[in-house]
Formats: sequence, structure tokens, C-alpha cells
Amino acid sequence: MPVLTLDQVGRQYGSPPRHVVALDDVSLRVESGELLAIMGPSGSGKSTLLHVAGGLERPTSGRVVLSGHDLGSLGQAELSLVLRRRVGFVFQAINLLASLTAAENVSLPLELDGMRPRSAMASARELLFSLGLDEVADRLPGQMSGGQQQRVAIARAVIGGRSLLLADEPTGALDSLSSETVMRLLREQCNGGCAVVLVTHDSRHAGWADRVVYLRDGRLVDEVRPPAGPESTLRRERV
Amino acid sequence: MSVRYSLLAILDSGPRHGYGLKSEFEAATGNVWPLNVGQVYSTLSRLERDGLVLAGEEDDGQKIYRISDEGRHELQHWYETPVEREVVPRQELAIKLVFAMRAGPDRVREVVQQQRKATMASLQEFTRLKVAAEQDGDLAWLMMLDALIFQADAEGRWLDLCEARLVDADLRSGESRPPDRDDGAEAVRQVEHKH
Repeated sequence: MPVLTLDQVGRQYGSPPRHVVALDDVSLRVESGELLAIMGPSGSGKSTLLHVAGGLERPTSGRVVLSGHDLGSLGQAELSLVLRRRVGFVFQAINLLASLTAAENVSLPLELDGMRPRSAMASARELLFSLGLDEVADRLPGQMSGGQQQRVAIARAVIGGRSLLLADEPTGALDSLSSETVMRLLREQCNGGCAVVLVTHDSRHAGWADRVVYLRDGRLVDEVRPPAGPESTLRRERV
Repeated sequence: MSVRYSLLAILDSGPRHGYGLKSEFEAATGNVWPLNVGQVYSTLSRLERDGLVLAGEEDDGQKIYRISDEGRHELQHWYETPVEREVVPRQELAIKLVFAMRAGPDRVREVVQQQRKATMASLQEFTRLKVAAEQDGDLAWLMMLDALIFQADAEGRWLDLCEARLVDADLRSGESRPPDRDDGAEAVRQVEHKH
């Protein structure tokens, strides 16, 4: 079963004739463990697609199915619960709470979901440790580099075993090397079974994806998968 | 690409046979630039002629090459001198787009779209190799892959810009224009002509 299915999804703003079509008949499946990158020019609907996929916006037509739940058929309370447990978001602007340490930030979603603070904190520390972020666990966001902050934000987005991580230009404000640590972390989440949908305008980051789709004027126009066939002819041998 | 200096750089770490130089160069650069063995030997004879490399013979009659002091000096100079940028390298893709434009914007879109897919597939390949190189801690190969990734990325950005220019020209062709247009509007005029 795919983690995420978009079935002929449309999203309009305003009503005809002065309406804006942000998404037009978009169908997409994302499987567990897959890293999907969405590319396209500014205004092509990339972020809207992410918001619709993560239930932040309702589509005006079509269906969004998340881990078997048809989001359109859920009431508000059920929808909130499904989204809280299944979906994590990471944005370009790193929204860590400035007055909380990294571990406190990461434990927050679990506490909001009813876990006891002490257990939530223990889970957060365990996750930070497994992501190689234990050394920043007790630091405030202001005491971390941009790359570290974004990796903590990813930890917060995946804690509790969420099945889908939606990332909107998560490396936008970072230098090349920090961006790479963030991309590596996203990739590792996929290897752990999470599905990641990444919106990016940077093809270097899309290069990390299993599949790249292109949006133009709200429509999916192209798709690239890694080349099938023989292994790369490029190969470094130790000399 | 400088075969000459690469061979000197390999010889700087110890004497080699001609064929060993070829395989070591290719292994070090990940087969990105395959060398033919004739190229290696012709370069070696020029290096020998210029006194940068000394050739000797082993007991079994095989020729073995070592770097001379002058060769080391030359190599040092290479490291210290920035690589000259070719101002206008011949780019098949740019040339293809120029001629595609004559056939009309639809042909350009087609070229852009096909090329972008190929470029992205290359980026995916390079990135996979990079992840493996990181695990191996192979810093030289990692930097080499970074170079390939940045080149492919630049090509991708340029293709995006080409496409955006077409869209822009399409939009502008719908607007009324003053009668005296400058030469810079040539591309726009061509699009208008096709419509």
C-alpha cells in the first residue's frame, strides 16, 4: 500500500472566471522508503502540492489518501489525529522554538500526542543519538549551526515513527556542505521506511531522490527515475 | 585535460611502467576520462624529450619511467598556477539549442525537456556514487564527483532558464509592441513569427 496517493487532485483559489488554478489533475503515488523530489519553476504549484498532500489545505477536487485514510472523508478531529501521527513537515524557515533545547523541541510532538514528558524526552534523546545529534541535545537553537538546527527539525518531524515527511526547500538557507548533511539525513529516513517528499528548485538536491517529478502550471509534466541497466561506468578504484 | 601533468603527478609518488600509468590515471579519476595507451606513450616520450621524465630499463627489458628534478619543478609550477578557463568551450547542447530555435520554440522545448531528464538521471547517478565515496572516506574521488555534480547542476539551471525565456517570450508576443524594436528582441520576434 502506498504511503501517499494523490488521485486527480485539483486546487483552485477564488472562483471562475477570476480563479487561479494551483493544481490541475495531479495523480501521484509515493511508496514507503521512497524519496520523491518535486521540481518546477516558481508558481508551478510545488508548495501547494505539499500542503495538500499533508492535509494543510484541502483539494478542491480529487482525493488524497494517506496510509489508507482518505483525508477528505475524515472529520476535523480524526484528520488532526491522522496528520499528527503520520505526517511531519520541514520548511526552509527552521521553526524550532527558540526557548527550548533541541531535545525539548523534538519531544514536543510526542507530548502533544499525550505521552508523559519524561518518556517523550527519553525518546527524543534516543532519536537524536541515533541521528548523530546527541552533542546538541541540550543546546538552544541559537547555539546551533543552521545545518544542525535543520537536522533537529527533521528529527522533530519524524519522531514517533511517522510514515511521511514533507520537506519544502529544507536546504534553502544552508551552505553546500550543511545542505548535504540535511539531504543525507532525509535519505536515511527513507532507508528506515519513511517516505519523503521533497520540494526543491535545486537539482543537486533532487539528485538524492529515487524519482523526480516536474510540475508546470499546476500539472505534472515529467518524471525521471534513475537509469535502469548496467551499473555506472564511473568507478573509483583505490590506488 | 592535462595528461602531461597527471602523469608527472603519478610519477611523483614513484617510478611506473607506461601501462601502469594509464590504469592508475583512470582509477584515480574514476574512468571519467579514459586514456588510450598510445596517448600515454606519446606523452611519455615528449616528457622524456623535455627532460622531465627519465626512462630506464629493467632486467626483463621493460621500460620504467621516473620523474626528474626538473619534472618535479614543472609539477610544482602546475599546482601553483590556476587552470585557464576556456572562454568559449564548444558545447554541443548550446549549439543544438541555437539550431532548434530556428525550427521553433516547440523544438526547443523538446530539446530542453529531453536534456533535463538526462541531466537529472546523471545527477542521480553521481549522487549515488557520492554516497558510496563518503562511506569509503575517499576524499579525492568525492571532490571529483562534486565537480561533476556542480557541472550537471549548472546545465540544469541553464535549461530551466531557457525554458523560462520561451515562456516569457510567448507572453510578450501576446502584448502590443512599439514599431522600432532593438536587435535584442530577435528571439521574441522569432517566436511571434511562428505564432
